[in-house]
Amino acid sequence: MSTVFIALQANEDTRPIIDAIVQDNPTATVNRQPAMVKIDVPGSMTIKRETIEEHIGRAYDLQELQINLITLSGNVDEDEDSFTLRWNS
Amino acid sequence: MDMQVAKKKLSLKEKYKLLTRDLGWDTTYHTKDEVFPYVQYEGIKIHDWDKWEDPFRLTMDSYWKYQAEKERKFYAIIDAHAQNNGHLNITDARYLSALKIFLQAISPGEYAAGKGFARMGREFPGVGTQVACQMQSIDEIRHAQTQIHALSNYNKFYNGFHAFADARDRMWYCTLPRSFFDDALSSGPFEFMIAIGFSFEYVLTNLLFVPFMSGAAYNGDMATVTFGFSAQSDEARHMTLGLECIKFMLEQDPANLPIVQGWIDKWFWRGFRLLGVVGTMMDYMLPKRVMSWREAWNIYGVENGGALFRDLARYGIRPPKGWDDAEKGIDHMSHQFMLALYQYNFGTAFHSWIPSEDEMEWLSKKYPETFDKYYRPRWAHLSKLKAAGTPFANMGLAKLCQTCQIPTVFTEPDDPTSICQRETEYKGEKYHFCSDGCQHIFENEPEKYIQAWLPMQQLFQAPINGDLGAWMNWVSLIPGKDNGDFDGSEDERNFAAWRQQATSNQ
Repeated sequence: MSTVFIALQANEDTRPIIDAIVQDNPTATVNRQPAMVKIDVPGSMTIKRETIEEHIGRAYDLQELQINLITLSGNVDEDEDSFTLRWNS
Repeated sequence: MDMQVAKKKLSLKEKYKLLTRDLGWDTTYHTKDEVFPYVQYEGIKIHDWDKWEDPFRLTMDSYWKYQAEKERKFYAIIDAHAQNNGHLNITDARYLSALKIFLQAISPGEYAAGKGFARMGREFPGVGTQVACQMQSIDEIRHAQTQIHALSNYNKFYNGFHAFADARDRMWYCTLPRSFFDDALSSGPFEFMIAIGFSFEYVLTNLLFVPFMSGAAYNGDMATVTFGFSAQSDEARHMTLGLECIKFMLEQDPANLPIVQGWIDKWFWRGFRLLGVVGTMMDYMLPKRVMSWREAWNIYGVENGGALFRDLARYGIRPPKGWDDAEKGIDHMSHQFMLALYQYNFGTAFHSWIPSEDEMEWLSKKYPETFDKYYRPRWAHLSKLKAAGTPFANMGLAKLCQTCQIPTVFTEPDDPTSICQRETEYKGEKYHFCSDGCQHIFENEPEKYIQAWLPMQQLFQAPINGDLGAWMNWVSLIPGKDNGDFDGSEDERNFAAWRQQATSNQ
């Protein structure tokens, strides 16, 4: 199965977001590299607004991800509640 | 960041619809074909432009909000870097060569991409595509500006940064990215999308921006990691646009498949050639290395590119034609390129050097099949010549590939001991190539590539007439300052002296 990934800058904004991603995607592997964190998940990954909000304790707009996003891989689908990356193979 | 999130009145999908498609209109004074004259001739058939949708559903209002936030973050760090002698925090002044190459060869490419997307935002009839292309155009100009701005702090102290615009136009190693972008810009709109949106953004920028920038962080370069990640955050959107565009073309009409496949083959190879320099920066120019070019290729090329082509297989797309040759070159290309740069370093506006023993150990660990066997002996020979006071400079002019414009320094895919050279005769003239991939690209469109501006030929034309000093003047290279071996350079002396001052009261 192909792997999707998302890489975020390593900073205070992304720490709870990474925790939320790992909580929602139990098969995630977290690779910590200088200044960045790359999260790999086999097949597909879903990032949920609600889980991030639980971790950061405030309302969150998933488009805020843009600010600390470094790169990603997979077909994207985004609406106000979730952000999904998926390979169809 | 403490950003206020307003209560949502519209869903993301509704907002996207209102702020993109609903802004479009049908023309009445002129026909659609007259308004969008370039979307037919490449042969791509589109039946319904409304089927194209940005999966991020990013609208202009959000775009400005988030881009402004990225800029604020960027400038806070750039200011801190300038105010706190950030240039002295880098691991080693040799690292500056990577930044000089970046500024001379890569930042102008960002600007070229900005011009290209501005044009595509006008040429595509679909509103969703127009809006996404406009955003990307602004992004690319932002990248060029932030890179030039960040690196201007190094220009205050070090050589080789001062004339990047002249280098972009005239320097032999800069014509490689320049010809890539000129080729894309002089293509039709759909081919441009494959060239930049797909091959460059999706398949290649990860290799350029992610491990290299993480490496910049490891090397204490706050300014570069900041512009790199800031740019790559936009690239994530660009990659998605590129992937959506390719899926859109393939879904609209089955007749598009062979055209798209041909462009994937062409632009993968052109991009791969461009990456030779990135591999060299990673393997040789980061004093502290994060990962080797080979390791980066395994993650972002083999694994991620492989996933992408498996995903597209449902449309009938196969991996690009040069894929296997690329894989065969990975363990050789950075070494061959660095050896070439070293031999011609009288003609580069950055320094190169012979790797230290410690670095050669690292290279031999990362390239167990190739480094000790093929490349360590050459470096050992160059070291011996240098120690004897007769450092090697290759004063011969390399034969350039008519397509990618790299000197023919790479070897045969199946024989790392012989240089790969191909030639084609066209209208009574002989043209040279570095690889089968570049030869095929030429043979598909010879009338385009016979017009290529080649730097070595320029050297023999007026006003230079083959004079090396006149050439240096013409490319704005200051001999003895910008060029040559790092060992003994002004950059080396200044960095050591200033760092010493920074840690003492002398």
